[in-house]
Amino acid sequence: MVLVLAETQKGKFKKASLEAVTYGNKTAQVLGTDCAALVLGPASGLEELGKYGASKVYHVPDAGLDNFDSQVYAAVISQVAEKTGATVIVFSHSALGKSTAGRVAVRMNAGSVSGANTVPTLEGGAFKVTKGVFSGKAFAEYEIKSDIKVLSLMGNSIPVESSGGPAPVEELSVEVPAARVTVKSLERVEGTTPLPEAELVVSAGRGMKGPENWGIIEELAEVMGATTACSRPVADTGWRPHHEHVGQTGIAIRPNLYLAIGISGAIQHLAGVNNSKTIVVINKDPEAPFFKAADYGVVGDLFEVVPRLTEAMKKFKAEQG
Amino acid sequence: MKLLVCVSKTPETTARIAFTNDNTAFDSSGVQYIMNPYDEWYALVRALELKEANGGTVTIINVGPAANDTIIRKGLAIGADEAIRVDAEPQSALYVARQIAEYARGEDFDIVFLGKESIDYNGAEVGAMVAELLELPFVSHATKLEMDGNKAMIVADIDGGDARLEVDTPFVISAAKGLAEQRIPNMRGIMMAKRKPLKVVEPAAAEDLAVSVRFQLPPEKGDVKLVDPENMDELVRLLHEEAKVI
Ligand SMILES: Cc1cc2nc3c(=O)[nH]c(=O)nc-3n(C[C@H](O)[C@H](O)[C@H](O)COP(=O)(O)OP(=O)(O)OC[C@H]3O[C@@H](n4cnc5c(N)ncnc54)[C@H](O)[C@@H]3O)c2cc1C
Repeated sequence: MVLVLAETQKGKFKKASLEAVTYGNKTAQVLGTDCAALVLGPASGLEELGKYGASKVYHVPDAGLDNFDSQVYAAVISQVAEKTGATVIVFSHSALGKSTAGRVAVRMNAGSVSGANTVPTLEGGAFKVTKGVFSGKAFAEYEIKSDIKVLSLMGNSIPVESSGGPAPVEELSVEVPAARVTVKSLERVEGTTPLPEAELVVSAGRGMKGPENWGIIEELAEVMGATTACSRPVADTGWRPHHEHVGQTGIAIRPNLYLAIGISGAIQHLAGVNNSKTIVVINKDPEAPFFKAADYGVVGDLFEVVPRLTEAMKKFKAEQG
Repeated sequence: MKLLVCVSKTPETTARIAFTNDNTAFDSSGVQYIMNPYDEWYALVRALELKEANGGTVTIINVGPAANDTIIRKGLAIGADEAIRVDAEPQSALYVARQIAEYARGEDFDIVFLGKESIDYNGAEVGAMVAELLELPFVSHATKLEMDGNKAMIVADIDGGDARLEVDTPFVISAAKGLAEQRIPNMRGIMMAKRKPLKVVEPAAAEDLAVSVRFQLPPEKGDVKLVDPENMDELVRLLHEEAKVI
């Protein structure tokens, strides 16, 4: 059985988790088995996960699991995996997934691949799965040799599919150890989709000249329903917050659309964004290296082009209704 | 405070990425190596700052071959007191984690630091594995760490936000941007590093349960389609009708 950890946020399943359940179901089909989802902590509406491919949902409702501690989560997930006979355990490559998957791999003596971006294959008994390496500059296929396998799924790697009906929910009682990490508070950036999950990203670089000019970027992003990002020097000089920094030493993203404005396209920047489905570059320098990595290019002054693009987007949105 | 910083070696960020042996191995010819930026800029420097404020020692550990001594010496030049190199050619995160845990067990480190991920295999796994092997708490993607006695106050990146956490030593922590500011080693540091202890230890037996079998470069992009800067309606049309992303 393939067991998928589904994370909730403010009472709703995260998009990354819906992707993971879809992925778990596809993996189960390859292995000729079923996919079950696992939800930890108080939550409701769990049967909904059936829609995305879970044939069953396990629930450990202990209130203590609201306080995320990777040590506690790993102990609980491993117990559930053993109880239910899971052979593949799937996480999202989220903050929670990253701090827990490795622990579960140790506990279950499982080989693991983190940031997987393809459905595994099974050829002649060899279990293989691909992930991005060298910060997006290449892909590597891994073979996992252990009986139990742990995977974490890179966001935006496969689209969410919802064709199933509700799944039965079963409450499990397992031992929940005391947490040693205490969560004092959580603060989320409100309003926009977090960068790793965003399908549309509007990103700007030093060509913006200064933080006071970002209004045109924010307006374009708002019209498009996109998340904003930036190049490293822009974050380093404090023009924009660190969490917007994308690239090899920032966040690696793969949205459907990456719109790069006044960014030269240095190799370290490209590393984190070049797996985006479509790349649009706006730069006044026709020789900017980013054009070589772009699908569409606009050679022009961003201070003129961006407001024009915003108007065109507004018009398009209005026509679409 | 007794602090351990795990450092890895990665290709320099502008290195040409290519593969050999029928795409089964990374082609290291002509590649310059650096200390993984998250390890060097944030994990190591925050450990040094804590030592400067509270006293103690900073040990760095690397799992790798003798060629890694260059980056280990750089860590000593930046200010670590001593270094351990586990003499092995690691193939998987679990293998590396077992070597680090093997060394750290019984050494009673207050904090084990790592970078949030390496920029070559982008695993972000070793920290969680070391923590599990040592049965210690783990906080990943830390952007702030303040100590008050044995209590740590940490701010960590959660996708699209911050978590404020508390944990008592001993624990394992992975460093993200913001935790500290990069330090450039000075001449005195480089001279002193030559005399600091770098101990080489044999690896413990450990299996590789997941190994890379084949590499692939991303498909080449076709030529860029240039759009008239006066005609942004056309760009919108292309994104809608051709690329189908809006
Ligand atoms: C170890 C290491 C790690 C790094 N990691 C990262 C990383 O993760 N992410 C990252 O982004 N960088 C990273 N860098 C930095 C990288 O090398 C580049 O310096 C950086 O990406 C450049 O940012 P930029 O494109 O915003 O600025 P610039 O290179 O200065 O480019 C600005 C661009 O704006 C254009 N422009 C200027 N004015 C206008 C205008 N009016 N209209 C239109 N276009 C205009 C210019 O033609 C130019 O192409 C790293 C560097 C190192 C050494």
